[in-house]
Amino acid sequence: MSTLTVLAAGTSGADGDVFTPPGLELFNIPPIIPGVPWFTKPVLLALLSTLIVVVFCWSAFAKPKLVPRGVQNVAEYGYMFVRDQVARPFLGKDTDRWMGLLLSIFLMVWVWNLMGVFPLVQFPVASHIAFPVVLAGSIYILKIYLGIKHQGPIGYFKNMMFPPGLPKAIYVLLAPIEFLSNLIIAPFTHAVRLFANMFAGHIILAFFSLVGFWFLFEKLTPLGAPLGVVGVAMTIAMTGFEMFIQFLQAFLFAMLAAMYIGNSLHAEH
Amino acid sequence: MKLAAALLAEEASNPLMPHTYELVVGIFSFAVVVFFVGRILTPRIQKTLAERTEAIEGGIKKAEDAQAEAQAVLKQYRDQLQEARQEAARLRDEAREQGARIKAELREEAQVEARRIIEAAHAQIEADKQQALTQLRAEIGRLSTDLAGRIVGESLEDEARQRRIVDRFLEELENSDAAVR
Repeated sequence: MSTLTVLAAGTSGADGDVFTPPGLELFNIPPIIPGVPWFTKPVLLALLSTLIVVVFCWSAFAKPKLVPRGVQNVAEYGYMFVRDQVARPFLGKDTDRWMGLLLSIFLMVWVWNLMGVFPLVQFPVASHIAFPVVLAGSIYILKIYLGIKHQGPIGYFKNMMFPPGLPKAIYVLLAPIEFLSNLIIAPFTHAVRLFANMFAGHIILAFFSLVGFWFLFEKLTPLGAPLGVVGVAMTIAMTGFEMFIQFLQAFLFAMLAAMYIGNSLHAEH
Repeated sequence: MKLAAALLAEEASNPLMPHTYELVVGIFSFAVVVFFVGRILTPRIQKTLAERTEAIEGGIKKAEDAQAEAQAVLKQYRDQLQEARQEAARLRDEAREQGARIKAELREEAQVEARRIIEAAHAQIEADKQQALTQLRAEIGRLSTDLAGRIVGESLEDEARQRRIVDRFLEELENSDAAVR
């Protein structure tokens, strides 16, 4: 059914006289080189993001100076932000051990997201769910591994499902809920929250820019022109808003990762 | 065949279904970033940050030490100054005391000397006076007898008589002197 709507949108949007808002077809991107099906725009952008993050960090931290200059200053600011706002509240004295992973996750997600507003690129990598799934899945595996390692195979599940200090009857209700929320819902929402935000953000931006393009260039009419102007204005405003959301989601994603790791290292009380 | 194609299309368009190749690329990308940023670069910046903290703390400690030393030196200096002042005051008092004592001693000596000189002078004067009186007496006696002899025309050779006469004469003279006075 979704294929049908895509086809319908494709035909009517391109050839018809009726304005059709953009939909899921935005995310079905053909391969860049015909015949190489895996090499699509999101794949290219993911690899590019990797390169950007590595090169940026390399230029900043490869030979760190005691008195920071230039890129190191900027990157240190990012490092401090992740350390103090993301890692410390959940990891405490274990912060330094996990900073490498958390900094990687934060920078990676942020650059992925920024691809959504970067001129001419304009496609958020995380709007293809495979990429958030990789990160959330890695964290999920790590969290269970750490939990079993630090709390014991039984202790981990016992601490998770039977937090001490509650009346016995509550556990009948609480244990399944905790199990479900920690082991099934948490990784799912971890990935989907990022994905859905970027997905929706991209649709919103595409919608407003198409409104502007359609009513100002494709079908310029006296009645439609003001609407086109509104579309352009909204595109600009939404781009700014998107940038905020992109940062927020990267922050949140890394923060949740820190929280899961912290909870596995020490039993929740 | 048709069903498979439809399923494939369905999968491709369902945004909640991850593409396998994207999963692979994602895992590769994540591994690369974690390796370079997480394993290699983060420890470096952590080391630098730790060194910086150490350097700053070391600098602060050094400054504190320097300040403490300066304080100690200042205190020592002040103590020494105080000591020197006390010493000076003590020496001054001592000197003043000594001066006063010397002055008193000198005065005492001078007074004694003066008294001695005065007494010697008195004695001298007394002696001179006695001598003068004796001389005068002899002279006057001789002159008087000489005169009297000339006047009387008779030599009063006899010593005893001569003396008696002179003494009588002098007594009369003194008496008349006293009466006049």
